[in-house]
Amino acid sequence: MKTVRIPPTLRSETGGKREVHAIGGTVRELLDDLMSRFPGLRSQLVNEDEIAPFVNVYVEGEDVRTLNGLETEVHDGSTIILLPAMAGG
Amino acid sequence: MASYRELLQQVKAEIDEVDVPRAREILDGAEPPLLVDVRELDEWTEGRIPGAIHLPRGFLESRIEQAAPDRAQPILLYCAGGARSAFAAKSLGDLGYENVTSLAGGYTDWKRSGLPTELPRSLDAAKRERYSRHLLIPEVGEEGQLKLLDSRILLIGAGGLGSPASLYLAAAGVGRLGIVDDDRVDASNLQRQIAHSTERLGDWKADSAKRTIEALNPDVEVITYRERLTSENVDRILADGWDVIVDGADNFPTRYLLNDAAVWHDIPIVHGSIYRFEGQVTVFKPHEGPCYRCLFPQPPPPELAPSCAEGGVLGVLPGIVGSLQASEALKLALGIGESLSGRLLLFDALATEFNEVTLRRDPDCPVCGEHPTITEYIDYVEFCSGRPTHA
Repeated sequence: MKTVRIPPTLRSETGGKREVHAIGGTVRELLDDLMSRFPGLRSQLVNEDEIAPFVNVYVEGEDVRTLNGLETEVHDGSTIILLPAMAGG
Repeated sequence: MASYRELLQQVKAEIDEVDVPRAREILDGAEPPLLVDVRELDEWTEGRIPGAIHLPRGFLESRIEQAAPDRAQPILLYCAGGARSAFAAKSLGDLGYENVTSLAGGYTDWKRSGLPTELPRSLDAAKRERYSRHLLIPEVGEEGQLKLLDSRILLIGAGGLGSPASLYLAAAGVGRLGIVDDDRVDASNLQRQIAHSTERLGDWKADSAKRTIEALNPDVEVITYRERLTSENVDRILADGWDVIVDGADNFPTRYLLNDAAVWHDIPIVHGSIYRFEGQVTVFKPHEGPCYRCLFPQPPPPELAPSCAEGGVLGVLPGIVGSLQASEALKLALGIGESLSGRLLLFDALATEFNEVTLRRDPDCPVCGEHPTITEYIDYVEFCSGRPTHA
């Protein structure tokens, strides 16, 4: 079980939840699990088969694009941060 | 009992001295020593050897460790004629400094030899009092305060983030603040935008902020731009000469335009953004650290950008995030500390929690990467319906 932090801009898709648990050994599997339960997240997170260019996914504080992308392994107990661009000022 | 003359001779026999020509050589060398002026304040303010720091003889022992933590650091001391610096050298030797020399003949000989001197700028009594809490911090001090008074910081937006950021920068004595904002003060702004007030409803935010800043600190020159940042005006505004930009915009088009312009003008941006209970802060240092497009190569499509109207924000949140931006901007202006470059700080007010993620430069970044694909300004369409505003 891994913890995924849902940013405030996406919480309307997760029923207001700030953190959700997800199952999977890689970022891809985790996101698939997440998006199957919260389908509204799909368009906000992925673009075709890639992580959308306006969102970042961090595993243990590192951008998965600088690791192994969607195939980055995620260990039990890890925290995943979803981070879309935020413009408010 | 020794007379003063005997004592001086005794001390001079125990220390290393150099004459002016030799001092000049080692100061011009590859590894110049720390040059310390041990004279009194009134002597120092009348002229000094360029590059010297000021540690009056009476404070030398108590303050030298801050200036030279490493006992092996070479130190060259001078006073007016070479006597006080000789005693000072003896004293530093007793403190364990291994490589201390005294300038024989002192500042008088240096000046008489026609070598360069400089007149240190110093704060007048009023500024000394106003900034006294800065002067007490070794990392700031008089030198740092003079740097702040010389520095120029541009604020994009005089809204939620720009209000606290501009007030703290003004209070700190940043010499020139630019404010870009094309919006007017509205009642719904006052829950968080503390540079404005009820009596300013309907005024231009840039003008209102300028009045507040001038009332707070008349040392600050405020330049207002009552315009929205666009591809047409961004070069003109940035060319006015800014050391640091504080991004407190409330929309993606401005943030992307500003990022690209700052990369091309080589000006660091202190980035902040807020939404409801959460904020993000980082520093984008062109060509040294990542830029906004390394983080998010492009803005989200309009239909996915969170609507401005449904957003909302806890009033104090911009106070926290904008103050963090001011802190980063002051550090950049002073050249001290570790900036947030390469780190994105995430603040969650509901959980009262700070988190940090690592940001890296993207070699494929469309703007600051090795083969940029964006080479001219892009005016993205405004995502929120209605009139675009800086909040």
